[in-house]
Amino acid sequence: MNAPAEKKLFRLVGTRPIRPDGIEKVTGKAIYGPDFVAPNMLQGAILRSPHPHARIRGIDTSKAEVLPGVKAIVTGADFPELDSAMVAGGEAPANIKYMARKCMATDKVVFDGHPVAAVAATSATIAEAAIQLIEVDYEVLPHVIDIEDALRPDAPILHDDLFTQGLPELPTTPSNAAMRVEVRRGDAARALSEAAAVFSGRFTLRPVHQGYIEPHACVASWHADGQAQIWCSTQGHFTVRALTAGILGMEIADIRVVPLEIGGGFGGKTTVYLEPVAVLLSRKAGRPVRLAMKRDDVFRATGPAPGAVIDIRLGAGADGTISGAEVEFKYTGGGFPGAHEVYAGLHCTMSYYNVPDAHIVGWNVLSNIPTVHAYRAPGAPQVNFAVESAMDELARRLGIDPIDIRLRNIARPGDTGGMGMPHGAIGYAETLEAAKAHPHYSAPLGPNQARGVACGSWGNYGGPSTAAVSVAEDGSILVTEGNPDIGGSRASMAIMAAETLGIAYEKVRVVVADTSSIGYSMGTGGSRTTFATGKAVIQAAEAVIAILRERAAKQWNVAAGEVQWGGGEAVHGDRRLSLGQIAAASGTTGGPISAQAAIDPHDYLPGFGVHICDTEVDRETGQVSIVRYTALQDVGRAIHADYVEGQIQGGAVQGIGWALNEAYVYNQAGLLDNPGFLDYRMPVASDMPMIDAVMIEVPNPAHPYGVKGVGETPIVPPLAAVANAVSGAIGIRMCDLPITPDRVYGLLLAAE
Amino acid sequence: MSKLLVSTSVNGDPQQFLCDPDTTLLDALREEMGLTGSKEGCGSGDCGACTVMLDGRMVCSCLVLAPEVEGRQVTTIEGVAEGSRLHPIQRKFLEHGALQCGFCTPGFIVAAKALLDRNPDPSESEVRYWLAGNLCRCTGYDKIVRAVLDAAAELRQDRRAVA
Repeated sequence: MNAPAEKKLFRLVGTRPIRPDGIEKVTGKAIYGPDFVAPNMLQGAILRSPHPHARIRGIDTSKAEVLPGVKAIVTGADFPELDSAMVAGGEAPANIKYMARKCMATDKVVFDGHPVAAVAATSATIAEAAIQLIEVDYEVLPHVIDIEDALRPDAPILHDDLFTQGLPELPTTPSNAAMRVEVRRGDAARALSEAAAVFSGRFTLRPVHQGYIEPHACVASWHADGQAQIWCSTQGHFTVRALTAGILGMEIADIRVVPLEIGGGFGGKTTVYLEPVAVLLSRKAGRPVRLAMKRDDVFRATGPAPGAVIDIRLGAGADGTISGAEVEFKYTGGGFPGAHEVYAGLHCTMSYYNVPDAHIVGWNVLSNIPTVHAYRAPGAPQVNFAVESAMDELARRLGIDPIDIRLRNIARPGDTGGMGMPHGAIGYAETLEAAKAHPHYSAPLGPNQARGVACGSWGNYGGPSTAAVSVAEDGSILVTEGNPDIGGSRASMAIMAAETLGIAYEKVRVVVADTSSIGYSMGTGGSRTTFATGKAVIQAAEAVIAILRERAAKQWNVAAGEVQWGGGEAVHGDRRLSLGQIAAASGTTGGPISAQAAIDPHDYLPGFGVHICDTEVDRETGQVSIVRYTALQDVGRAIHADYVEGQIQGGAVQGIGWALNEAYVYNQAGLLDNPGFLDYRMPVASDMPMIDAVMIEVPNPAHPYGVKGVGETPIVPPLAAVANAVSGAIGIRMCDLPITPDRVYGLLLAAE
Repeated sequence: MSKLLVSTSVNGDPQQFLCDPDTTLLDALREEMGLTGSKEGCGSGDCGACTVMLDGRMVCSCLVLAPEVEGRQVTTIEGVAEGSRLHPIQRKFLEHGALQCGFCTPGFIVAAKALLDRNPDPSESEVRYWLAGNLCRCTGYDKIVRAVLDAAAELRQDRRAVA
């Protein structure tokens, strides 16, 4: 509802048409992961470990095998032996050995809910009964959940062949610390010793889940010639193909993955959990097999975002100029190595501030929880919570307005920023100025209310995408792309194609094609789709225009160079040929008209957000309410304004949930205590006010319509925005998330 | 365990299906009748993605046993539109961009219709509390609430036009 009051640069870009897949989704016709049915399909079930850490001494499936209706049983022994090898997939390369073990344990289970066996049967009831008949002989091992416990010298070690990477010398003893990463620039210790004000603090966060409402589900069908087909809900069906092929030792082209509609992902559906298991079951049974998770499976066994322990020292001069920073963050990695959140954490730490002297260290620490996986701006919100809390403290101590202190330090075009990389057309300062000018920032506050401000950034991404544009015989347009539509991207592709071609939005239809029907496209993630796949669509549309001009030239018997394209028509002097007329004549001018673009752009630019949050604290219960929330973001340029605002609003509310409610809670036995939506409490409608999403448009010059990418940035600022508001309201720094009523009440009581 | 034969009405049409005594209404709708518009997000009544109307009352179909619908009237998301004509709530969801992934959308639309059928002029707060049993992880609820309020306004106008 906040359409920028910008002059009309484009006919369609920035408007709000109805999405092409909308009708199916409001009428219940759209087919999501758990909805797909294959003829003669079997139902699968997975037996999961009841222990957080145990050695598997043996698995006896004999009783399950003889249960009538059971058609196949799979255990870790059915998976091929794999050496460590990196396979491109998800948002970063993955070690295929650990990927396989995450899908099915072999010698050890390393988290509560780790799969140990799977069954396919003629009904779900029989499959469930069969897994109860499988006997697993476990040698239960001591477990460890929390980061600091996992780093103790006497901690139970998850993998005795794992040695910390990134240390100056290769260690000789195995460790739960999978990796250490570091950036050192200038002399942070000296800078901090000379600062006018220094804030030191320790911040902690629990693992949280992506919380998509659709549980993981797939159907796999293996054929006797060695080919397989998979129907699943995923953010990246090419990723599913690559990982399944790698885990099972199959040729990539022998697997065809059909992406169904996806019911949320937020990064959590950029990997495989079920698909390789379903293919193996199907291979044994000779029939299609469905595997679908229940909600507790999703919580127990799929990637949460890392919890964290973060130590920060941040110093500034009397005028608020940041002089130096020391940050050490430790992120939970879960059961297996490979979490790349530490890299992102490193790159996101103060990336948007000018910090000449900085020393930043990150650790990936394994423990007996599911292997963490990407969640919206993976690795950024945690460390940003510490940085933006520290900025708030420095502003308070130096008596500087919270936005002014950020403006003093913000990277501007040409600055290198916190990571030492030059920034291009960034709108950080514009976004901060807009926040300062927003009526919310100066609105009066009620009793027990306080206002918090925080910034946050995400680098965004480009990467490989393929798209095809085809002209139908009547001049209507089909766009074929390879990126699952998780939040309206078909609409954005249609807008960009129609804008480029100069035709009506409704003339363009968009299909998300399976892995065998379009060239490779990296998954929908990293805030890359509208940017990179959009660029592919635009380039394919431009190539189609070139063909259309040639065809018109042929019809007019003139040189192609003399024919212009405008308003959806070929133009030569006074003569016009519409797209429909050229298409209708294509049979005599050279045949079908279509073009494909396969690209790998890397001229993306980061996103940046400033969030303003008003909270009210009930001092008798410790309950925190969000009374007003404004999220401003440099979006580059919005293609479909509703879905850009929607990303900002949704990301903000996920961040608010992270700040106030959400946390993985493990009991003494190392079992997840809250694997359901009742006890893992995500925000509901009555918790939230309207989220005022304000789009600041500083276009990316490398994209024809200025796209930067918007999806991930909005979850980065809220943690500190909420915590800063609560800290202001009760006068106690909120260093630990979530800010639950009992925690606030306890702090208030202790302070009395 | 022998199956039960259940006779019921779904979206105004007579339906008969076979089920185990412990089959949920949600599973019966999805697996026996092919009505996959109702979704399972949790199976425990916490997310509202399976919301249907049972004799005019809003229920989570994952918490209703299928044999319980014997002789009763069930309305699902598939019965909200009249043929190919969308209900105003469905249209407003599209016009406001009130869905992203769309998985929770059927439950929200059935629940919102239940609200507007009994309260044609809800406040924002009433909309938020009525829909508090439906989880959406994508939108932050802002555009959903606006769509429902806008649909309510349009429906009130339609009623005035008829009257």
